[in-house]
Amino acid sequence: MSAIFPTRGEKIFRGFNGSLLILISLLFLVPFLTVFMTSFLSEQEYIQRGPFVLFPEKFDFGAYKMLLFQGDAVLTAYKNTIFRTVVGTILQVGATSLLAYGLSKSDLPGRKIVISALIICIVFPVQIIPLFLLNKSLGLIDSIWSLIWPRLINTQYVFIMMAFFRQIPASLEESAKLDGCSVFQTFVRIILPLSLPSLVTIGLFYAVWQWNDWFDAAMFLISQGKLPVQNLMRTILLSSTMSEVITTGQTPPPGEAIKGAVIVISTLPILAAYPFIQKYFVKGMMIGSVKG
Amino acid sequence: MKSLRKKKSDYAALYWLMAPGLVYFFIFRYIPMLGTLVAFKDVAPFEGIEAIFTAPWVGLKHFRKFISSVFFWNIMGNTFILAGLRMIFEFGLPIVLALMINEVRLLKFKKAVQTISYLPYFVSNVVLAGMVFNLLSLHGGLIPEIIRFFGGQPEYYVGMSDTFRPVLVTAIVWKNLGWGTIIYLAALTGIDPQLYEAAEIDGAGRWQQTIRITLPSISYAIAIMFLLRISVVLNQGYEETLLLYSPAVYKTADIIDTYVFRTGLEQMNFSFATAVGFFKSLLALALVGLSNWTTKKLGQDSLYA
Repeated sequence: MSAIFPTRGEKIFRGFNGSLLILISLLFLVPFLTVFMTSFLSEQEYIQRGPFVLFPEKFDFGAYKMLLFQGDAVLTAYKNTIFRTVVGTILQVGATSLLAYGLSKSDLPGRKIVISALIICIVFPVQIIPLFLLNKSLGLIDSIWSLIWPRLINTQYVFIMMAFFRQIPASLEESAKLDGCSVFQTFVRIILPLSLPSLVTIGLFYAVWQWNDWFDAAMFLISQGKLPVQNLMRTILLSSTMSEVITTGQTPPPGEAIKGAVIVISTLPILAAYPFIQKYFVKGMMIGSVKG
Repeated sequence: MKSLRKKKSDYAALYWLMAPGLVYFFIFRYIPMLGTLVAFKDVAPFEGIEAIFTAPWVGLKHFRKFISSVFFWNIMGNTFILAGLRMIFEFGLPIVLALMINEVRLLKFKKAVQTISYLPYFVSNVVLAGMVFNLLSLHGGLIPEIIRFFGGQPEYYVGMSDTFRPVLVTAIVWKNLGWGTIIYLAALTGIDPQLYEAAEIDGAGRWQQTIRITLPSISYAIAIMFLLRISVVLNQGYEETLLLYSPAVYKTADIIDTYVFRTGLEQMNFSFATAVGFFKSLLALALVGLSNWTTKKLGQDSLYA
């Protein structure tokens, strides 16, 4: 590589490549920016300048005030989302890691059968109607648990965790056993602390899914008060009049501002956590894609 | 002898730990798989999963109805066109972007581009749809404004059947492009720099180095990603479609999964929708078999056992 003395052609190439990448990065950022800025529009500015502004003259928090303080639709939906994300993620990580731990023991009798059974599940994804009928029979329709039990384990993640567990030296477990640890104690005291990075990775994958999902809630939930944020947002984004969703005050902010604000509110937690979690995601993705 | 008995109790303990997971797979994966049988039955809307035993058999009635329906070819066409477009753009563009990012020498710039490009992957599909509506809004959305600025006459692109597919595929690519580069970037860092030095001494230019060294070096990763993607391509894209489409664009937007959602959950034709879904599963299975067979032919481990 002519890194030290770049030729003229090399310089042109690098300049071109760099500029193109800057342009691409802008394409990723601008949609976020426009939605963010739209959320601060006031009715007055909306009439004067139209709904699209790159930078509002005055930052108006009307849309946020309305969403957060008038009626409790948003706060209830937020509560539902937080509940399913926290409880769901804990249960999902627990069940996934326990199953993966057992399967990581290559001498476990019946291991091959279980693994084949899991692979069949990757090949045949669940059909929505039979799942719906099942949930009906189990009484899960319109229950928040319908967002957790039916998707308790993502089959791919079992294989990712298996790969993690197999990297832990067997001698560690043997010495724990000699010290009188039961299998469960070994798992909790030795294996889990050692595989914390993998637990975090898988947990974040599950949490992002729980936070972002709307489809399951649309299928299985009926009551407005049980719906998560994404579903409330879907209703707001699809409706032209806001009054259906939220009781309006005297001078409501423009609909575009409300749509922008609801996007910001529902996305902010993930975007705020994003810089911290990014490296875990990348690592988890790598291990998962190498084999499994 | 004692150690053997000890071993046996260990295995039992392991199975107890695995029990929640195994019970989950039995109830929520295998029972619905058996539940696919309602495709061959007539299930009334008020029934539950017991219908796989109680409802009357009707043979292939629902399959015949689907195949002979006026929507059949349209839906099949849309499904495969969308899958094809996704294969071309969503599979191809990350390779190009990864190659571009890999050429960057400035480490901070490289990291910044990567971080920004992963960002959209974490927004929900609902937000993605919201952004599409916002950007394409005729009342001052960014893209219509740009078109007006250059003297054009913008139209409502999400709501027109001619432009729905480009909008949908662009949105999906925007969301997944950066994330798709991760695996290739990892493969690229594994290339021995000496190969490039040798090539340069032999007089290979930048372009030749890419063709002769870079691409062959990551060809394994490309092949694996291609095959993995082929086997799941029919199972993706329905959420984005459901969120963005409207009756006005059914002609080009309706795919098997959205049709299942509409006829099944909205119109409560449970058996018919299951039959349509089962039909799709068979197509997907054929694709899995095809990609598995291809991997074996290429002399690599098969993807699925």
